[in-house]
Amino acid sequence: MDYGLKPLGREKLWLWLMLAPTLIGLIFGTVGSLLATLALSLFNWDLINSPQWAGAENYIQLFQNKDYIEAFVNTLKFSALYVPSVVVISLLLAVLLNRKIYGVGFFRTVYFLPTVTSAVATALVWNMIYGKETGILNFLLESLGFAPVCWLCTDNAMLSVVIVNVWGAVGEGMIIFLAGLTAIPRDYYEAASLDGANEFQQFFKVTLPLVTPSIFFQTLISAINAFQAYDYIYMLTRRGQGDSSVPVAVYSIYRNAFHFFRMGDASAQAIQLALLVAVFMGIMFWWERRYVVYE
Amino acid sequence: MSKSLYKTLLDVLAYAVLLFGALTMLVPFLWMISVSFRVPAEQFSRNIIPNPFTLQNYFDLFEDLPNQAFLYLTVNSFKLSILAVIGQVLTCAMAAFAFAIVKFKGRDFLFALLVATLMIPPQVSLIPNFIIFKYLGWIGTQLPLIVPAFWGGAFGTFLLRQYFLTIPRDLVDAARMDGASLFDIFWRIYLPLSKPAVAALSIFVFKDAWNDLLHPLVYLPTDMQKTTLTVGLAFFQQQLQMGGKFTVLMAGAFLSILPLLVIFFIAQKQFIEGVALSGVKR
Repeated sequence: MDYGLKPLGREKLWLWLMLAPTLIGLIFGTVGSLLATLALSLFNWDLINSPQWAGAENYIQLFQNKDYIEAFVNTLKFSALYVPSVVVISLLLAVLLNRKIYGVGFFRTVYFLPTVTSAVATALVWNMIYGKETGILNFLLESLGFAPVCWLCTDNAMLSVVIVNVWGAVGEGMIIFLAGLTAIPRDYYEAASLDGANEFQQFFKVTLPLVTPSIFFQTLISAINAFQAYDYIYMLTRRGQGDSSVPVAVYSIYRNAFHFFRMGDASAQAIQLALLVAVFMGIMFWWERRYVVYE
Repeated sequence: MSKSLYKTLLDVLAYAVLLFGALTMLVPFLWMISVSFRVPAEQFSRNIIPNPFTLQNYFDLFEDLPNQAFLYLTVNSFKLSILAVIGQVLTCAMAAFAFAIVKFKGRDFLFALLVATLMIPPQVSLIPNFIIFKYLGWIGTQLPLIVPAFWGGAFGTFLLRQYFLTIPRDLVDAARMDGASLFDIFWRIYLPLSKPAVAALSIFVFKDAWNDLLHPLVYLPTDMQKTTLTVGLAFFQQQLQMGGKFTVLMAGAFLSILPLLVIFFIAQKQFIEGVALSGVKR
């Protein structure tokens, strides 16, 4: 591309002053710290004694460390439950809202509320809702004749945390899908209905193929969020010792770095998380080239 | 079945699903508000209408937490969120202007690099940043939360650059003929013309800073006067596990989301369009 103003004389200085904060951010915030984390992962360092060379040891230990394997598996499980739920539910909501329905504004506002408000504040209420003896969810179950459930006990905590995370995310997904749906020309539906296609056939033959770019985007964003999920997990599953009943990869990184000051282990785990994101994105972009329809 | 009856049935089904969903979304908020107006003896009551109704929890929030902690927490949250908005808008706008309008060597490479950093999980930067801040003696101060807000960001720069590119180029050429400098063009033409994009970015940055749990947890002291509302509420909850008034906790939770609710209802359009934009433009 060859557009743009040429800076004259002293304006060159201005130009680099305007770029300076961003350059500092690249050096200290993102690119530089990626390299620094890579380097740190090759050492053992508690921030008190001088760093000890460890080579690949921290990475090898990741595969032997039971706690970390549990955390990593939890992250995968969490994502496998969370991502499809968010994508399917927010697409369903968007399709329903797109039916020229009365009160679209109301529904949009209500579904969007959890996206705006802090996970900490809403998790405080969810903690009350999930209460075993005192929570309203069990009250509801009991009045329908079911046995009460210990929602935040180890066996169910994963599911309960996924529910809250999905609850907090469908509003944003719905908006993304609505934007995609309104971009589909109305004539397509008119043509389909002239050909005798009913609403379900229209959904599968017209809507779904044309909304694949939004599905792609929403899957990508949801997965990246899932790999990094932390706030609700911290708030709902944290135990007295500072550990969690559903430890995920990010939880493990923070615990290792800022509770135990094992900077090398934490860095190796952070690099593995970054690799997970990178591999997933690679798969997604391959999938995009094959299946996503752009007009 | 006639076509119109079929359509009505589907409409009814759609409403049923949407209303059920809306209720699920609303109940936690209604419950939060309801509990915050109850007397402590009624805190686990299944009745959503507080009986008796009391405002006492809101007074307790300011009086019971030692040393007016709730007031400090609120002030800290506002201070850090506003500084984050100023830092991000200013530094992202400057970079976005350079990338969108100015011609210089390495521009496209630098911009591609910046956008690529969107893929780096923030957890990766946290460890080296913590170490740098520790050596600077900043741990336990608010500087690790303020300074990074002033070093730009890929999301904000990308958002503003996209907007800057839609502003007609003729304006720049005309201003240049009149002898305007680069900085004049940025400050007097581009920033004032980009109010919608700046508003959208400000809202996002404010929301993220206000709701942030991790960074204050890592960097700020565990002192109820020095940390932010989110962390303060999390600590408060931990203390309550040993028995205490959830009514006061819910009052705190409700007050903590109130500023964002107000902003959301005022600027709903920017909020929702901002999300839609990030999805469509990619």
